[in-house]
Amino acid sequence: MSDASPKTRSALQPPLLDRLGAQLPKLVLAPTFAVSLFFVYGFIGWTAWLSLSKSRLLPNYDWAGLSQYVRLFENHRWWVAAENLFIFGGLFIAFAMVIGLILAIFLDQRIRVEGAIRTIYLYPMALSLIVTGVVWQWMLNPDLGLTSVMHSLGFSGFQFDWIIDRNMAIYAIVIAAVWQASGFVMALFLAGLRGVDDAVFKAAQVDGASLPRIYWRIVIPSLRPVFFSALIILAHIAIKSFDLIKAMTNGGPGYSTDVPATFMYTFAYTRGQLGMGAAAAMMMLMAVLALIIPYLYSELRGGRNG
Amino acid sequence: MLRSKFKTAAIALTAAAGLVAGSSASAKGTVEVLHWWTSGGEAKAVSQLKKMLEEKGYHWKDFAVAGGGGESAMTALKSRVISGNPPGAAQIKGPAIQQWGDTGMLANLDPVANKQHWDKLLPPVVSKVMKYDGHYVAVPVNVHRVNWMWANPEVFKKAGAEIPTTWDEFVKAAKKIQDAGMIPVAHGGQAWQDATTFESVVLEVGGADLFRKAFVDLDPKALGGDQMVEAFRRLKVIKGFTDKDAPGRDWNLATAMVIKGKAGMQFMGDWAKGEFSNADMKPGKDYICKPFPGTAKDFTFNIDSFVMFKQSGANQDAQRAMAETIMEKKFQILFNKLKGSIPVRPDIDMSQFDTCAQESMDDFQAARENNTLVPSMAHGMATFPAMQGAIYDTVTNFYNSDQSPEQAAKELAKSVSQAEPSGI
Repeated sequence: MSDASPKTRSALQPPLLDRLGAQLPKLVLAPTFAVSLFFVYGFIGWTAWLSLSKSRLLPNYDWAGLSQYVRLFENHRWWVAAENLFIFGGLFIAFAMVIGLILAIFLDQRIRVEGAIRTIYLYPMALSLIVTGVVWQWMLNPDLGLTSVMHSLGFSGFQFDWIIDRNMAIYAIVIAAVWQASGFVMALFLAGLRGVDDAVFKAAQVDGASLPRIYWRIVIPSLRPVFFSALIILAHIAIKSFDLIKAMTNGGPGYSTDVPATFMYTFAYTRGQLGMGAAAAMMMLMAVLALIIPYLYSELRGGRNG
Repeated sequence: MLRSKFKTAAIALTAAAGLVAGSSASAKGTVEVLHWWTSGGEAKAVSQLKKMLEEKGYHWKDFAVAGGGGESAMTALKSRVISGNPPGAAQIKGPAIQQWGDTGMLANLDPVANKQHWDKLLPPVVSKVMKYDGHYVAVPVNVHRVNWMWANPEVFKKAGAEIPTTWDEFVKAAKKIQDAGMIPVAHGGQAWQDATTFESVVLEVGGADLFRKAFVDLDPKALGGDQMVEAFRRLKVIKGFTDKDAPGRDWNLATAMVIKGKAGMQFMGDWAKGEFSNADMKPGKDYICKPFPGTAKDFTFNIDSFVMFKQSGANQDAQRAMAETIMEKKFQILFNKLKGSIPVRPDIDMSQFDTCAQESMDDFQAARENNTLVPSMAHGMATFPAMQGAIYDTVTNFYNSDQSPEQAAKELAKSVSQAEPSGI
């Protein structure tokens, strides 16, 4: 009898443990799943609802149909903001990718003190965008920045006043954003380049290909997944960009550097037009989805093929 | 042994906490005050209120949210109200008080108002703002005048120009200063500063009549009319007298340009006075305060006020005591001397204020008589934030672009009508 109880226990235990073991990942993931379901998708749903309501200062659930969207599209400032997102996003992504790739290729040439240089280029990413914005705002300010330094050095003809020129201010913001992000893109590409087998280079060199040609025809095309990751990361930085603009120009001169995120904040919170702000937020979500869905589609399809 | 010691300590702590809680409960109640007066003179001014209230035995719970225009404070307030836990008093001003009144959460201050005869003390145009549905829900703290011009007499002397009192004199004087190689008008290119200058220009062009029709009644004919076109044209004339580095500049940096003699004048409300006093300059001697050229008879007011949210028991007493204290002569004098504004009550001996404040008080009373007292559009006293925002956008877009004055006036009428009146 004395050995009977361990037997029954061991007979009972494995199925229970097995069942627990099978459920454990789900159990552990459940809280985070519930939280993200509520705080991300729940709030997306709430915002969508608000954008169809008459909400002004505070949420209000009287049905307004699409009238908030109609008002949004009739607003000149919204179109300035949307156009700015296009200009800013396009130039920011393009320049950050090109500069990041070039830096990565140079760093990949087995140069000395590579570690130090890599760190220096990567450091801007460690700053918050608000710091980047404030610093660049000072540097580009004609009163006290670059222009006044050049003037005090005797180059009185030097003129760089993009930040106070309503047609150029958005490009000044691109400069700061590219400075911030290209080091990070460099790190992404560098990791990709390190993954390229040396044998590829040797084989191509045996065939008489020059180094630029090897990069252009073989290495860069093989970095396709890295390009995709960089694109997605940069694109969502561009669409979310808010702090950089707040710190650098606060949307000015006039509202010439407004972007959808600052537009949304202004209307929803400072002007008591919550419904219209929510409509603007939904339009931003659409822009993100327009990028993410094709990406997900290609990724998932790729997975099936692979 | 150790455990029992721990236990005693815990008991002692709990008892102490109970004592603290008990003592604050035995006081005459608490009022939690949301405000955004966190910088220099403003912070000093608001601490006077705290001191006076504590002298009366009430407890002051400070809920200060920094950020000049109060945007972050309003966001904080909204979340507190939505969660059903509003503070006792919040710094809210202008027609926004009506929007908060619609929530049905504001306290009735009529008992205090009747006791102190607010109806007699306040001009109707002001008391209307403080009332919701015929009952007082807010208490005014001070009166700022917005249509001021701050001038540096040194600069005018060097350029051989006179301090202007009309538009034509202004153009003449500004040209002289420009020819003498100085900046005639110090301006900060931010939307609210563009709007502050613009509303004074509108007042100059069409007087209190046009101002009211355009910014209070939002009459499309006034907003898009010939006089508005002229106002836009004159705004561009002023822009021609500013320096090209103005975009994005903060108002106090523009004031500093006048103080240092780099610029001749600035158009700004009387909060600019604090900057001059900090630089040890005397009004009338080192700097001149005059109404915006051509608006001497008019008075654009910007009144700060505290709105009270419904409370019960001892906290309601504390809230009412706060409202009462704010309207007392002693507080009005102390506070407004520090803040640079003038008292809201007419029965105060102004001899201890500086000459600018004295002139402001005289003009305030005269404007009250002559019906030329108008609420500032640029500072949220005239319309709901949505319409104010629409006006801001049009003005600042015109100021910073090559749009023609005719187009701008048309755009102004259109954008205001699209902004739709806000309920809640």
